Amino acid sequence: MNYEKKAKELRQEILKSLFACQSGHPGGSLSCVEILMALYYDEMKNLDPKDPKKADRDRLVLSKGHACPTLYAILADLGYFPKEDLAHLRQIDSHLQGHPDCNKTPGVDMNTGSLGQGMSLATGLALAAKHAKADYKVYAVVGDGECQEGIVWEAAMSAAHYKLDNLCVLLDYNGLQIDGTNDQVMGLGNIVEKFKAFGFECFEVDGHNIEEIDKAIEAPVSGKPKFICCHTIKGKGVSFMENQVGWHGRPLKPEEFETAMKELEA
Amino acid sequence: MGKSLRVAYGEALVKLGQKNDKIVALDADLAHATMSATFAEAFPDRFFNAGIAECNMMGMAAGFAHTGYIPFASTFALFGSGRAYEIIRNSIAYTNTNVKFGLSHSGLSVGEDGGSHQSIEDVALMREMPNMTVFVPCDPTEMEKAVFAAAEIDGPVYIRVARPVCEDITTEDTPFIPGKANILKDGNDVCIITMGLMVPIALKAAEMLEAEGISAAVVNMHTVKPIDAETILAMNEKCKGIVTAEEHSVIGGLGSAVAEVLAGHAGAKFERVGIQDKFGKSGKPAELFAAYGLTAENIVEKCKATLA
Repeated sequence: MNYEKKAKELRQEILKSLFACQSGHPGGSLSCVEILMALYYDEMKNLDPKDPKKADRDRLVLSKGHACPTLYAILADLGYFPKEDLAHLRQIDSHLQGHPDCNKTPGVDMNTGSLGQGMSLATGLALAAKHAKADYKVYAVVGDGECQEGIVWEAAMSAAHYKLDNLCVLLDYNGLQIDGTNDQVMGLGNIVEKFKAFGFECFEVDGHNIEEIDKAIEAPVSGKPKFICCHTIKGKGVSFMENQVGWHGRPLKPEEFETAMKELEA
Repeated sequence: MGKSLRVAYGEALVKLGQKNDKIVALDADLAHATMSATFAEAFPDRFFNAGIAECNMMGMAAGFAHTGYIPFASTFALFGSGRAYEIIRNSIAYTNTNVKFGLSHSGLSVGEDGGSHQSIEDVALMREMPNMTVFVPCDPTEMEKAVFAAAEIDGPVYIRVARPVCEDITTEDTPFIPGKANILKDGNDVCIITMGLMVPIALKAAEMLEAEGISAAVVNMHTVKPIDAETILAMNEKCKGIVTAEEHSVIGGLGSAVAEVLAGHAGAKFERVGIQDKFGKSGKPAELFAAYGLTAENIVEKCKATLA
């Protein structure tokens, strides 16, 4: 796969769907494109768009659920549902909800949106897999601001306690949240050291480099959950959105949309 | 010889676990209080302690349910329904996820632990969520039926578990149909609709009323949601007054649920016995029931008020 070309296409799809509904979250959607590409195109096993609930599939919990336009663009690209559906994101009667809904959208494994809960849900899935002696893996993609939620650390403690080496947590570490930078709002401190202290095997990668993400996902671990700190740029790929706090959740004006689409031409 | 409802809950879980290997139990470091420990002893590999982290316990329970298990999550009613409220709301009720809650130490009957531990709003919090079923069993026999019925329902079920020892009122043969109230005693003048630990107190009140020549019915509303509107409306047709009695706040609980059914039925004479928008406090359960008006005498008085 030509990752660079595919990433541009996906970013275009994301912005088209966000422009159509005039709401949603561009910044955080653009920052996790390569993370979800690594998972869906390279790493997750036993996926079948014709059988989205296949029992032995690897699961993704997009804990930062507001970035779902990225997940939807990839699921449509893989054939879980028609690409035309993306134009109806967040609209009444669309199966593409403002935050992921596993009962409505084929391929969505778990409802998320209320921050922090995805870590806990993923931990439960991984523990259930261990108990059932099933081989599938569970991936959780979490946001950095989200790590301010206490339940993230409750889940982290339990994932280590139950030795969930079938759980892989990927942090989309773009450093920005709604009210400002992480450091301005509520500093995360050394987030890698924190996960390490909670009992995770930790990795740090460039979150826009798919080969690096793949390598970290494939690194063997035993008896420990995995944490991959993916350094990213919020709004990645669109010059005027990159590293701008204001682009967390604001609609695109027509001229902004045109400029962005031009920048993303493959 | 009575039995605590929490002991009955733990025993019922074991019986259920013997029949269905998809049953798992989770607790938040209160297994020996909620009695999910009984299940843990019988099936150590199907019990998961979340530690003192109720929110994460609910999230993990949802994870289990999404892979086909039927998890029963237990802790105190206040921390389960209160602290973990939004996890239950978004990750379980919203998704209609198949998680069961056996939340114990509900109501004033926790006693000496005091207001911080007395859950008087759990039924309100649970019943307002779409997809949720709410059971409030009144005795050990009914508790077992509620646990089994919960496992049959595909979706979240809240079971309110009280701590005190109580005698059986129902029998093996008493039907337990979710959403269908049981008329324990029929009557024509006034109808007492009640649940949980207030059922025997309501039966006593009915006896006291009969002694004064007032014919009182007692309805055990073991399912607060879906509420049995048919029985409520039939009793409202037949009787002159309706009185609810609950070990819960009168705001949002059984009294509110019945009021919602009666609203729009002009002329319904209606009173609520329950905790009157106050928090609990330390004391022996019987002392607290007296202090908060959860007594047969108060029920009698409210019944008479509807007949005045």
